[in-house]
Parts: sequence; structure tokens; C-alpha cells
Amino acid sequence: MSHLLEVKNLEVKFALRTGDLTAINGVSFNLIKGQRMGLVGESGAGKSVTGFAIINLISKPGFISGGQVIFNGRDLAALSDEAMREIRGNQISMIFQDPMMTLNPVLTIGTQMVETLQAHRSITRAEAEAIALEKLKKVQIPSPEKRLAQYPHEFSGGMRQRIVIAIALLTDPEIIIADEPTTALDVTIQAEIMDLLQQLCESERTGLILITHDLGVVSQVTETIAVMYAGKIVESGSTEKVVRDPRHPYTQGLIKALPGSLQPGARLHQIPGMMPTLTDIPPGCAFNPRCPLSQLICRKQEPPFIAIDGDACTVACHMVKPDASKASL
Amino acid sequence: MTTHESHPAPIGEDGLLALEQVVKHFDISGGLLDQLRFENGRLTRQRTTVKAVNNVSFTIAPGETFSVVGESGCGKSTLARTTLGIYPPNSGRILYRGERIDNKNAHQMLPFRRKMQMIFQDPYASLNPRKTVMQTLEEPVVFHNPSISSNQVKERVAEVMAQVGVDPKWAGRYPHEFSGGQRQRISIARALMVDPEFIVADEPVSALDVSIQAQILNLLMDAQAQRGLTYMFITHDLSVVQHISTRVAVMYLGTLCELSPARTLFENPRHPYTQALLSAIPKLGQRKSDHIKLKGEVPTPIHLPSGCVFHGRCVHADPRCAEDVPAARTVENNVIVACHAVEEGRL
Repeated sequence: MSHLLEVKNLEVKFALRTGDLTAINGVSFNLIKGQRMGLVGESGAGKSVTGFAIINLISKPGFISGGQVIFNGRDLAALSDEAMREIRGNQISMIFQDPMMTLNPVLTIGTQMVETLQAHRSITRAEAEAIALEKLKKVQIPSPEKRLAQYPHEFSGGMRQRIVIAIALLTDPEIIIADEPTTALDVTIQAEIMDLLQQLCESERTGLILITHDLGVVSQVTETIAVMYAGKIVESGSTEKVVRDPRHPYTQGLIKALPGSLQPGARLHQIPGMMPTLTDIPPGCAFNPRCPLSQLICRKQEPPFIAIDGDACTVACHMVKPDASKASL
Repeated sequence: MTTHESHPAPIGEDGLLALEQVVKHFDISGGLLDQLRFENGRLTRQRTTVKAVNNVSFTIAPGETFSVVGESGCGKSTLARTTLGIYPPNSGRILYRGERIDNKNAHQMLPFRRKMQMIFQDPYASLNPRKTVMQTLEEPVVFHNPSISSNQVKERVAEVMAQVGVDPKWAGRYPHEFSGGQRQRISIARALMVDPEFIVADEPVSALDVSIQAQILNLLMDAQAQRGLTYMFITHDLSVVQHISTRVAVMYLGTLCELSPARTLFENPRHPYTQALLSAIPKLGQRKSDHIKLKGEVPTPIHLPSGCVFHGRCVHADPRCAEDVPAARTVENNVIVACHAVEEGRL
């Protein structure tokens, strides 16, 4: 199957007075048409930067310093601003965490939707409104005709996020990048929005890159997963496999740290220490100071990617042998 | 347990803290001009109140972890602050070891403040950026024990810092030099400085990453085991609640819907809202979610629905639910539910 999106060795740096800071370092993954992928990790792991880098939206002082983002045969990292504008928000759209920050508070929903459409297609206002109406129905907003004339503050948080999804769908994109789309929402609303997003991606065959810190959400919605730590992917593969049988000590620790897998009241498994800041990423494997399996080689050499389970998963860890037993804690 | 002077404890001997029919409303109508409305050709004055907490009663036993869960806007944080006397309740009583504390003035509250401490959600906002860790931690001790010598204070700070896992050598540093997890440890240390009995923790781990969250939860559980603390834990994260709680109170729109021992609640939720809430938790390794879909949206606490506050969204609602407010009733051992359907045996 050919890839819709191929991210190859992507590298993003931030130019600071004290020198360049590497935010993401050699991130690679693929997405086929209609596939839903989860990008997980803790804050500062580089998940959002990766999402922004795909649509070439890294703002100064950041820049893409290496690698490629191949989308439909074109390298997005090398495109001009103008050419990129044709793709961004059109073929690849993005959903952000806080719907109140995404929507313009002084324009009606209708105006914002028409504006988006007219930016990418030469159609009349009436035609655009018809499409907007259809998308609002798709995201199950009650009485959409009336809602088009309303302002963002007249909607609840969950409804606003539905509208943001409707706007993302306006141009029938091939990929939606959703950056923590439900983090600002309550758990019952989160469940509804995630259901909706999954259904729409399935029915429209839209690819989804779901950026989140919530492993529970990822395991419900996505087919593949990439776990990031300190600017790198440490483990990737089919979501079901990685969640059931994580190989990288970091992924293992992350899953064990979740309350709910243990007897109530028991001590939670904790990963000692914290993720290094970008300024002092340790040499070798970035996880080695926190890793229970760390050996001399982990402090010296960056671990290569190892394919396991017949290429179904890849892991970057010295302690994982290609098909022998997993690294165990 | 000693019962203080005039008010005999009306609750069981085992209660450390009791809330009785506590109501907290906020008047948000503003000045006189904001309150004036022109209606049917006449000028009327209208007040707008947010009915944040309505008739909530429960008792917290010593040594337990009592969790309050609910979605944003359900009044759980208001309840926490009212419990500690940060907000005075509009009506109802709050008793600490059988003594009424809701009608005390600031001076009379002092001995209670020492026993009741709070940990806040955002460790970036709750620590004074201009104070070193030492200054932040010594302030409560010196305030409550004016006669204490400065050496004793320093010793105490070092001791508590070591206990929460922050190197006492860093006492001279400022909050911005610490990570989120370490700051939350410092907030916990601040609460522990005065040797409290009761700690209200308002979303103490919500701002933290999973691996750090586990560290902080372990720290809280350790502190409880070592010091015999009682917690009132406010959170929206149900998997955390399931892990640490003895009993759980579920709130919806300022009203208590269900109060059960944690295990019972998660195994057999009775109130329709609790059922919907629990079904919405995303679980690891579970492919498709079969969560219960609620009708409509959460009404505003300004115009509370008549009858049961949940009736507009409840699949089991009948005409009675729209009229009568369901009372919180004990349905079986220690399970309290406020629902007509449960009461009538329809559910």
C-alpha cells in the first residue's frame, strides 16, 4: 500500500542566542489513506512540534532543519509559503486543543466557515453556506441553520469543538491533525467527540494524526501509535500490540504508571525522575537515566530502531532483542 | 475523640468533618444598574445567582480518602472551598470534630486552619514566585507557632522537604527553578508543614504528566499512611479516584447524586448520571467505546432545572422527576443515591 504521508527523519530546531536547540530529532513515520495514528508522549516530548512541522507551521525562531514530509509525492518541508497554503487547511487540516482560542469570537460560525471555503475554492457565498450546513449536520449540531448565524460564545465547549471539527472537514481533507482535541473537555463530552471524530474519519476515509497524552483515548481511536520521548519516537507499531505488549521500557513504565491497572490503593509504578529538558538531553539513549535496564552502551550510543514481530512494531532500545523476549522490568 | 463544648456532635462519633445541607450561591448580578431590566413596559430589578452547591450533606471519617467527582461546573471546587471556610456557606452547617466552624470569625478559625490545609491544582499559580522555597515553607509554621525558634523552623523545613522528595539543599531556590512535579511536591510540603489532620486536595495531579502523576499520588498515599491524614480529594479523573478513594461522592450541577464506597461505585453505579460518567472513561486496550450517550447539554447553574437537576438528560426520567427533587436516600449499606427511579425500583 502506498503511503499518503511519509515523514522521513524530520528534524526541527529552535535558533536561540545560545545556539540551536533540537526539538525533534529524526522522527519518521508513515500514514496510509484513511489510517488513524496516535502520537503520544508527555509534555515537552515534541508531539505538537511534530504536528506543526507536518504542515510547515513552525514559527520563528523554530525551523525545519532536516528531513522530509512527503505528502502525495511532494515534500511539504521544501514547499514555498504560497504552495503550502494550498495544502494547509485544505488537504491537511488541523484541530487544536482549545476551541475558544481557535474560533474567532467576533465572527459568526457561518462567516468563519464560508471564509475557510472561499479561501480554498472559488465558490459563491450561497454555495459555501450549503456546504457549511451539510458539515454542521455531519457533526450532529442541532438546528444547524439557526446555529450558522450565531457566535462562538453562544455554544458550549463540546459544541464548539464540534464546529471546529466541521470546519476542519469543510474542504474534505485527506488528513486531519488533531492536537489534544478533547483535553479541555469533560469526560462525557470527550467520549462523544472522540466517537464522532472516529466515525467521520471512517466514513470519509480521512487520515487522522491524533496528538495526545492520554493512552486510553489513543487505544480506543487509533490503529497505529508512535510513542515520543525527548524529541524522538521510541516505539511505534499497531496500537493494539504496543498497548498490550509494550517493548520499550519507557512505554512499559508509562502504561504501568496509569492508575486503574492495579489493585486500588496499591503503590503506583513510577518512572523515577523526569523527562530531560531540551537543553540537556543525555548522550546515548535519552531515557537511560530513568531506565531500570540501563547499561553502559545506553549511555554511549544512540539505540537504533529494531523491527520486532515481523515489522509490525519498531523499538529504539539497546536492551530489546529483535525477536527474543521483551525487555522486562 | 473529644467533642468540644456547646454543640454536641449530631453526627456519628466517627465523623471528622460533616457537612449538613450546605448551600453556596454566588450573586453575580453586579451593581444596581446591571440589575435593572426593562420588561413588559416596566422597569424591574433582577438578581442573578449561580447556584453552585445545593443542599449537600455528608460525613468524612478520620483516615479516609473522600473523593468528590463531577464534570466542570458541577460545584466540586466550590464545595472544597466552602468546606474549608474560604467561602462562607449561604446556609447549612459545617462541623469539624463536632464543632461548628462555618460561623466562626477569622480569629476563632485559627486553630482549625492549622488542622485543615489545602493543595491546589496548578503548582505554577499556587506558589509565590517571589518567595524562595524556604520562605514559602516557613511562613505557615511561624504564623501558627510565633514562639518557635528559627533553628527549629529550618530543621522542620528540611525534614518535610526530604519527606516529599525535594532535596533540602534547594530550599534557597525560587519556584521557577523547579519542574511542575517538584512544585506540586513543594505545595504538598507547605500543606504538611503545620501537621494538619485534614487536607483538601483540589485536582492535585490534573496539571501533571502521567509518570509524574504516579509519583505525586504515591507521595500523597505515603503521607497519609505515615501521618494518618484524612483527604478530601476533588478531581474529574475517574481512574485516579478509583485508585485512591475510600468513598466517592458524585456531583452534578451542585447536587450530590450518589455517595458510595469506591469499590461499590465502580462495580455497581446506581445513579443514571454515575452510570453515564463511568461508561465514558477511555480504557486502555478497549477498542470501541460503548459509552452511554446523554441527551442534551449540562444546564447552567443559574437556572437550575425543576425537580431532579438531571432529569432533562436522563433516559429514565418520568414526569415525577421533573417536579420533585429526589432526596438522598440510603439504598443499601453505605450507598446513598438521590434518584426517583432508583427509589421506585425502576432502575
